[in-house]
Amino acid sequence: MLQGRKAFLHWGREMRKRNSLKYLSVMTWLGAPLLLSGCGSALMDPSGEVGQGLKSLIITAFGLMLIVVIPVIVMTILFAWKYRGTNLAAKYTPNWEHSNVIEVFVWAIPCVIILFLAILTWQTSHEYDPHKPIASDEETMTIDAVSLDWKWLFIYPEQGVASVNELAMPVDRPVHFRVTSATVMNSFMIPSLGSQIYAMAGMDNDVYLEGNEIGTYRGRSTNYSGEGFSEMLFDAHVTSEENFDAWIDEVRGSSESLTFEGNYQDLAEPSIAHPIEHFSEVPSDLYEQIVGSFHTGGESSHHAGSHADQEEQSMPMSAQAAE
Amino acid sequence: MFGKLSLDSIPFHEPIIMVTVAAIAFGAATVVGLLTYFRKWGYLWREWITSIDHKKLGIMYFLVALVMLIRGFADAIMMRTQQAIAAGGAEGYLPPHHYDQIFTAHGVIMIFFVAMPMVIGLMNLVVPLQIGARDVAFPFMNNLSFWLTAAGVVLVNLSLFVGEFAKTGWLAYAPLSGIKYSPDVGVDYWIWALQISGIGTTLTGINFFVTILKMRTKGMTMFRMPIFTWTSLCANVLIIASFPILTVTIALLTLDRYLGFHFFTNDMGGNMMMYVNLIWAWGHPEVYILILPAFGVFSEVIATFTKKRLFGYKTMVWATVAITILSFVVWLHHFFTMGAGANVNAFFGITTMIIAIPTGVKIFNWLFTMYRGRIQFTSPVLWTIGFIITFTLGGMTGVMLAVPGANFVLHNSLFVIAHFHNVIIGGVVFGMLAGLTFWFPKAFGFTLNEKWGKRSFWCWLVGFYMAFMPLYALSFFGAMRRMQSYEPTAWQPLMIVAWVGAVIIAMGIACLVIQIVVSVKDREQNRDLTGDPWDGRTLEWAAASPPAHYNFAHLPTVSSIDAFWEMKQQPGGFKRELASKFEDIHMPKNTTEGPLMGLFSIIFGFALIWHIWWLAIVGGLGIFITFMFRIFNNDTDYYVDAAEVEKIERAYYKRLEVQV
Repeated sequence: MLQGRKAFLHWGREMRKRNSLKYLSVMTWLGAPLLLSGCGSALMDPSGEVGQGLKSLIITAFGLMLIVVIPVIVMTILFAWKYRGTNLAAKYTPNWEHSNVIEVFVWAIPCVIILFLAILTWQTSHEYDPHKPIASDEETMTIDAVSLDWKWLFIYPEQGVASVNELAMPVDRPVHFRVTSATVMNSFMIPSLGSQIYAMAGMDNDVYLEGNEIGTYRGRSTNYSGEGFSEMLFDAHVTSEENFDAWIDEVRGSSESLTFEGNYQDLAEPSIAHPIEHFSEVPSDLYEQIVGSFHTGGESSHHAGSHADQEEQSMPMSAQAAE
Repeated sequence: MFGKLSLDSIPFHEPIIMVTVAAIAFGAATVVGLLTYFRKWGYLWREWITSIDHKKLGIMYFLVALVMLIRGFADAIMMRTQQAIAAGGAEGYLPPHHYDQIFTAHGVIMIFFVAMPMVIGLMNLVVPLQIGARDVAFPFMNNLSFWLTAAGVVLVNLSLFVGEFAKTGWLAYAPLSGIKYSPDVGVDYWIWALQISGIGTTLTGINFFVTILKMRTKGMTMFRMPIFTWTSLCANVLIIASFPILTVTIALLTLDRYLGFHFFTNDMGGNMMMYVNLIWAWGHPEVYILILPAFGVFSEVIATFTKKRLFGYKTMVWATVAITILSFVVWLHHFFTMGAGANVNAFFGITTMIIAIPTGVKIFNWLFTMYRGRIQFTSPVLWTIGFIITFTLGGMTGVMLAVPGANFVLHNSLFVIAHFHNVIIGGVVFGMLAGLTFWFPKAFGFTLNEKWGKRSFWCWLVGFYMAFMPLYALSFFGAMRRMQSYEPTAWQPLMIVAWVGAVIIAMGIACLVIQIVVSVKDREQNRDLTGDPWDGRTLEWAAASPPAHYNFAHLPTVSSIDAFWEMKQQPGGFKRELASKFEDIHMPKNTTEGPLMGLFSIIFGFALIWHIWWLAIVGGLGIFITFMFRIFNNDTDYYVDAAEVEKIERAYYKRLEVQV
């Protein structure tokens, strides 16, 4: 199994080389300005480990399917040309409608390719499961991402700070993003780093990402969430450890702090293209408070008991549990 | 008195809308004027509005679809124009408030009021003829289904100039569609337009399911049914099984919005994930409801114009059945990113890929039908070949999206948009336009102009690739769907290429309209007197073009697949000659209850949208009383007597002789 996967990925890399040539030729005439501008493709030139893996996965799947897609297209054109009505020299068998040999092939070829793809899917679904911690020598840090109308609030529970529409993470260090929403459904994504995950109110979702190249990447909500959706963007700085500490110090230097009952409520009010904001101090359980704030009405219904509140605070309803 | 409705609800301050409204009003006034001038109201009422004739209903469905295609396309070109402009801080000409309504309306209209009416229209026109029946099983219900669909169409169009449409995306994901985040009437328009037309669709599903199972002519066993009938049968099974889910989901959302329930709200125990699951449990089968009949069309077209039996008929049937069943176990692939575990995602990813197997088999079967055939390159064949290539590519990108890992970066991006237009334009639209050209002579008695048909095809094909290939490319640079504006100016060139593609598609639509106009003008040169213009293979070509309202004076007897082709292969061939004896034919009567119930549905829906409760009661009672009236009305059928049948048939054979 494992060897098979390695062969796949190796072959994927091969395909990638060949493909990048074709990709380039198509892109040069279609999208020359994109290349000239120097900003690489977020998905084809990723800056994070997860993104790298998903890139070769996409190219492998693409290559596997070309095995059947290219012959189909060639056959379509070939048959259409050869058996055109005016070509009376071509063989014509008006009642021929069945062939066991052909039937076996037309079932077997798609079956074999889908079998390979299914194995690939099973393995990569587990390997790139967004909930799976990234193996690393470095310690994983936690950042909480909360989608608001229409901005992102990032809480650093370990550092006790928060920021709006700006995020910093140390290079080569896995980050555990806990993701929720205080409004409608959004999706948290930094395309250059890899996977996205839905942000849903009252749900504690998560995704592990790692930035391996220092730089600033645009992140966004990918799931339409209303009027300010198009501008629901943020900067994700992948920095050196020193610069990360410097950034945290900068945030700590802010005169503002954030509390759930206080100015968080104002922050949660709808705003479009919200400027970057820093908060020097936040309660360590702000994320839990936000998630828990939607678990209302439970007392009278399914949590008829006495500890409903505490239970919900300590065990936020998990999106994963809902599978 | 008027609920939420007031003069302020009419968007006088939006010039784009007001110009559109003026144009529509002018068009409507012209139609009304012409009808009055030529005294055609009675004709319209008797022959069309109250008609239960499946052929006429089929034509009306298609007419609605073509009109709505233009409306839906107008939305499309506005979006493409906006995205071609709104780069790097430019806001474009459509503010989010307007842009968000447009992409919602575009999706809703194209799926519910273009693709669905085309598919159902074609089924109406063709299925009863293909199985040798005189009408559908429930003719009144068929008329009612059409008028309920039409009621949905009217409500969607009303939203243009009274109030606004939803700003939620075409599936109105909760909680965005809930009352808290969408307090305006837009979502209510969405709810009632889809609820009313959806019930119409469910009734159609039941109707055609029963028709195909119970009304086949003598000798037509299941495995002698034409492929289009098979694919229609499967599509109707899907309708029956999936549309009730839509109805219930919308009903629950309605309770949330109108009565303060909490099925899908953020708080009070509501769960938006339930909404997303339910809507896709309907939504995924829905795309197969659209594509299966299109597969049927291609099968008929390719066999007819290669002058050859369809390769692997049985395989084709089993592949269709397999797709029908599998389409119910893949819905989760629309939201891998919701955060289910790896096992769940992998399961749904793999079931999705498995659908590629029967679909791939179908593609090969069409190819091997072409193999050793004599292909006539008519426009339906061009659509078919364009389909095979385009759909194969779309299928490939679909499988890419089905790999959960890949989906985590491609989801919600323009890749998804490019993919589903790839399969819906390349599959459903190409299929329906092929079907339109193929069966048009059956409906109207003359063929469509080939020159304009081919021009339309090339514009659609080139336009499609120019409009959507750039979107695939852009998705790799992080471009998302539903963006009213975007920062990177580097995306703009490809957005402009996509805009040019959309303009070329507009030319394709224009060619289609010109094709119909030119064909009507030249109809005398292109008469199809025999009823069999393409040397067809199935029973519909045995009837006259257009068929008498009872379809067949004598119901045909079938002894094989390709029944009509076999009849023509008998020694002496198939002779169109007057029978010696005629019988009375039992037929359904026209109905006024169908259109009336449609009208009351519009009133009912409109009143509920605007919270005009007394009017809702009027509308609701109107629907109920009309329905009761229908139930207690026993005078719903009659006999066309033998002498009348003979007269009609004689006239037909006389026309035939003149031609020969």
